[in-house]
Amino acid sequence: MTAFFARFLRNRSAAVGVLLLLGVLLLAILAPILFPGDPFRLAGPTMEPPSPDFLFGTDTLGRDVAAAIAHGAVTSLMIGFVASLVAVLCGTVLGAVAGYFGGRIDDLLMRITEIFQTIPSFIFAILLVAILSPSVQSVVIAIAVVSWPPVARLVRGEFLSMKSREFVQAARTLGMSDGRIIFMQILPNCLSPIIVAGSLMVATAILLESGLAFLGLGDPNVMSWGFMIGAGRSVLRSAWWVCTFPGIAILLTVLAINLVGEGLNDALNPRLRERSA
Amino acid sequence: MGDATKTSPILEIRDLHVSLPAGGDRRHAIAGVSLDLHEDEILCIVGESGSGKSMMARAIMGLLPGPQVFASGGEIRFEGEALLAASEARLRALRGSRIAMIFQEPMTALNPLMTIGEQIDEVLRIHTDMDRAARRRRVVDILGDVHLPEPETILSAYPHQLSGGQRQRAMIAMALILEPRVIIADEPTTALDVTTQAQILQLIKEVQRNRQTGVIFITHDFSVVAEIADRVAVMQGGSLVELGQAADILDRPQQPYTKALIAAVPSLVPRPATAAVRRDEVLQAIGLSKTFTSGGGLFGGNKREVKAVQNVDLTLRRGETIGIVGESGSGKSTLARLVIRLIEADRGEVLLHGVDFLKLNARQVRSQRKRIQMVFQDPFASLNPRYKVGHIIAEGMLLQGTPKADATRQVNELLDLVGLDRKSAERFPHEFSGGQRQRIGIARALALDPEILVADEAVSALDVSVQAQVLRLLADIRDRLNLSMLFITHDLCVAAQVCDHIVVMRRGEIVENGPTAEVFAAPKHDYTRALFNSIPGRSWIAHKESLL
Repeated sequence: MTAFFARFLRNRSAAVGVLLLLGVLLLAILAPILFPGDPFRLAGPTMEPPSPDFLFGTDTLGRDVAAAIAHGAVTSLMIGFVASLVAVLCGTVLGAVAGYFGGRIDDLLMRITEIFQTIPSFIFAILLVAILSPSVQSVVIAIAVVSWPPVARLVRGEFLSMKSREFVQAARTLGMSDGRIIFMQILPNCLSPIIVAGSLMVATAILLESGLAFLGLGDPNVMSWGFMIGAGRSVLRSAWWVCTFPGIAILLTVLAINLVGEGLNDALNPRLRERSA
Repeated sequence: MGDATKTSPILEIRDLHVSLPAGGDRRHAIAGVSLDLHEDEILCIVGESGSGKSMMARAIMGLLPGPQVFASGGEIRFEGEALLAASEARLRALRGSRIAMIFQEPMTALNPLMTIGEQIDEVLRIHTDMDRAARRRRVVDILGDVHLPEPETILSAYPHQLSGGQRQRAMIAMALILEPRVIIADEPTTALDVTTQAQILQLIKEVQRNRQTGVIFITHDFSVVAEIADRVAVMQGGSLVELGQAADILDRPQQPYTKALIAAVPSLVPRPATAAVRRDEVLQAIGLSKTFTSGGGLFGGNKREVKAVQNVDLTLRRGETIGIVGESGSGKSTLARLVIRLIEADRGEVLLHGVDFLKLNARQVRSQRKRIQMVFQDPFASLNPRYKVGHIIAEGMLLQGTPKADATRQVNELLDLVGLDRKSAERFPHEFSGGQRQRIGIARALALDPEILVADEAVSALDVSVQAQVLRLLADIRDRLNLSMLFITHDLCVAAQVCDHIVVMRRGEIVENGPTAEVFAAPKHDYTRALFNSIPGRSWIAHKESLL
């Protein structure tokens, strides 16, 4: 385990990613202390440029952009992680079942997966949020629903190659049940690609959430980076700071998560290990 | 055989060192090997895995997987020219035209997207100025020389359309096309069936004699050496152990290591028949059949059918070992998996003490599985890399309801039984060698105290000396625990060591079935006779027996 961390952190871009991500996490945790109170609160004059009082300026209604970014970090990270977790869990179970049992079950599950994959994911997410009415839960559900199919296909592929391995056959000859074989024998051997796919999915989920919020489909009671950009886009030329700082926040967070994901991939994938050596 | 000692060598290797990355088990893959290859001779380099024999081939070809693995000392001279000092461009010019190589696995050594004709033609295009028509004539000729039927058809075939033996012939044609002075063959017949192997060995010998080529033939198999070698070099751990004329090494080995390797070659004399008491039947298979269908999508379409096992009957008695022998595709592994119910049969019954194992429902099967256990072929794939050895062995017992303390105690006893240290239980599979892993696999199978052991090519992935040990272990355990065994193998010699009864399979059907001694003394079926005639070095093996 320590060897794994050493290998992971030796990768410089992964280390940078971890630092950035820790920074965003810290910002989210400290948001209620640094910027107490409701981030929707009108804190000062409207469209005030960045100054010592308002680090990133204020928006068209006089809300503090810095406070919004700190509170938005909570929303983005929370929705990103929860939605990815749900998607990975669903995708893993469906992919595992399809890959392990094969035959008709596989056909059925993969056709369903394909139906989901044929619908453009962002449009599908908009549709779902519109139907479910905007709230944190519905955004999480929408993102999870459009994100699981790739995981299911990945896990299915891993299971297809694993289930013919002899140790799986040995487990069957010992009288092990299918459920135990799936979760105790095969799954531990497929975790690396799932972890990598899941970590990269967090970045996509944050982008999706920002996109939805930008279109006004986020939870109206929760501050979000996408909402800030949406609210500031009409004043982009007169008050550039309203859009720019939330945009940079999204950029850095997504970049950090991608770097971490790539680092995990290099550290977990033994075939690529030699490249970094 | 040309009198090799009179001609000057075409290839001289002097004190060659190939170093390995730091931090490994050893510093050198090859440590100070000196060898000569003369024209018109076959020099066999024999060794077990890790002996550095394949590194020799790569070093000569200039194909060492650098930057950490490189020739750190010594000399390789080809017709007087120093190869280790040669430029990459010079090496490219030599490779293929003057020194050619034949690989182990023709399916991966050939490009799947190019026809055989294009691939051989490419060699000519790169190395010669011949025009298109001349090149084509040359390719057709060479395909004829390696006895490929209908060269014109083979020319436009893709590698996957040929059989394994045909692919290896095409590889040999490609190696021969520019009349190289030296051919390096790295285990060229290891991936082939025994009957195909016999043909390919014959072919290599024939083309070598016709062209007076020098051949370095790398193999792990002393019986292949006996079949083909003029001179033999035995390697161990990167050093040369013994070098000499084939007859000398094979019949009068000097070094203990060579003697041990030769002694480990399984003999063709069947083990003495066990007392022919009519003991009770443990397992009976009646009319087992399985057909695999592939292709055909959601809406049907083209389906292909392979009749893997057809109407097989089999009776296994207590304490008896039946050897199921056949080449790849004969259905022997499918039969094993049908019996143990890893694959569901289309038709037929498997009676375990009179109860049809195949009719049981999923829950009943799980509880009956302990009666019949399996040892698998690949020691690297058959153990879950995520679990410690103790857990792997105990798992079956825990599943069947043994209390944890009992299971732990039994794991220790089993480790003793298969000859492994008790501390092994706390280690992961990757820390063990192939032979040790196979012992772990046997311990796992024995953990459930089975009546029947199915061994599917359980020793074919192992080095010959380890193979002999594992075979002895299996035979010993069988006798001690009075187990019945189904022993699946492609190797008649191995079957002779452990089996009371031999079943020969071909294309899913049993063609011969009888006591080992009878089958060996007087095979009835043509195919069985063909199998016997294909065993490499069989006259030497028989001769070796008489010496002992």
